[in-house]
Amino acid sequence: MRITLSVNGREVVAEVEPRTLLVTLLRERLALTGTHVGCDTGQCGACTVHLDGRAVKSCMVLAAQADGRHVTTVEGLADGDTLHPMQEAFREHHALQCGFCTPGMVMAALDLGAEASDSRAVRDGLDGNLCRCTGYHGIVEAVMAARSRADAPL
Amino acid sequence: MHPFEYLRPRGLAEAIAAFRASHDARWLAGGQTLIPTLKLRLASPALLIDLREVPDLGGIRVEADRVVIGAMTIHAEVAASPELRAALPALATLAGGIGDRQVRNMGTLGGSIAACDPAADYPAALLALGAEIRTDRRALSADDFFLGMFETALEPDEVVTSVAVPLPRAAAYARIDNPASRYALAGVFVARFDDAVRVAVTGAAPAVFRADAIERALSADFSPAALDGIAIDPDGLNEDMHASAEYRAHLIGVLARRAVVAAS
Ligand SMILES: Cc1cc2nc3c(=O)[nH]c(=O)nc-3n(C[C@H](O)[C@H](O)[C@H](O)COP(=O)(O)OP(=O)(O)OC[C@H]3O[C@@H](n4cnc5c(N)ncnc54)[C@H](O)[C@@H]3O)c2cc1C
Ligand code: FES
Ligand code: FES
Repeated sequence: MRITLSVNGREVVAEVEPRTLLVTLLRERLALTGTHVGCDTGQCGACTVHLDGRAVKSCMVLAAQADGRHVTTVEGLADGDTLHPMQEAFREHHALQCGFCTPGMVMAALDLGAEASDSRAVRDGLDGNLCRCTGYHGIVEAVMAARSRADAPL
Repeated sequence: MHPFEYLRPRGLAEAIAAFRASHDARWLAGGQTLIPTLKLRLASPALLIDLREVPDLGGIRVEADRVVIGAMTIHAEVAASPELRAALPALATLAGGIGDRQVRNMGTLGGSIAACDPAADYPAALLALGAEIRTDRRALSADDFFLGMFETALEPDEVVTSVAVPLPRAAAYARIDNPASRYALAGVFVARFDDAVRVAVTGAAPAVFRADAIERALSADFSPAALDGIAIDPDGLNEDMHASAEYRAHLIGVLARRAVVAAS
């Protein structure tokens, strides 16, 4: 089937099988490999992208379900060489070690918005994302720091 | 996943006609239960019919004595609705505790109750609140809708369109998470109406059920102390690697007390 969607602001027209997952379209067809696959079962959040502005697990969404909609991946955040404030905060606060979970963490964190009022709320808000390295502390600090700046939301 | 065809009709009649024309169709809502099922090849339908563009399946409307929620309303919308938070906060809070935020951004009320997972949260709320489940062809009481494990009264080609939930005097939901699956190890929804108290339990048995003894005790005296001495029979409760039937029976009592305190 033929689908048309916007990915990071660009129109994409693709011929896909109905069973193609959104993450497969992104990684294998559009070469947007910033979106990772950790578990493929909806548990780890590494594949988190935004669909019409909401964080979703792209291993749990069919490409066909994104037809006619807007997708944003981690590649869509930076402005040229300038990292998005959330990405910059992750860098500053040592919120990553191996980096495998990071794109998903950043995309999920950006969806928290005003809900990320304190560190408890950030931890709860990110409970769909697993990190094997950092112990989460730096991630929570980064999200809090990004929140406290008057930066432009996504 | 085995291959399948995909359709996204713009109307309910068209959707049902397509369903009937196929030998093996399934409705697709958020896919948060169905896609994992397809990946595990526990189901291999020939056709998925996406309900996303069928009109009038969304929205939350608070009326004088009830709230009507469209089947395609995602958990995140139910959790965030200011009207619902004012009229029936227990239901909004329940929706905000389902899975994680990514799941709540895709998963729908209709999909949750149609899937009827033994550990799903919404069935406990709808059963305790005495909700009416409306479909393209009829209205069913929650008592008649939830039949067993992954089993409802729905015909294969029947579409849940909305649920109408009576507004109680007070209500609360208490659950213990299974940290691995993020489903409830056990969950208890307590709803207090002027004439009776209804209590439903999820996660503990093959299907959601009403806890009669707890209902009777709380109808006489709506206080945690009213539950002293009420023992839940572990017979028939789930027994698995996460918890024994005895532990789940114990949790039901604990969670019922917590819910009563929260609703008082
Ligand atoms: C990691 C994870 C954690 C989760 N944790 C929880 C949890 O804690 N509590 C909980 O309750 N749930 C949990 N879920 C399940 C989640 O709530 C699902 O979103 C929900 O059960 C199904 O909704 P859906 O819209 O995704 O339905 P789908 O997956 O699209 O459909 C599910 C079934 O319902 C049918 N269906 C869908 N809509 C309709 C309709 N309108 N009429 C008739 N049939 C229909 C479909 O054909 C399918 O058989 C979790 C899921 C995941 C992946
Ligand atoms: S890869 Fe999608 S949730 Fe783990
Ligand atoms: S930084 Fe390695 S998994 Fe999070």
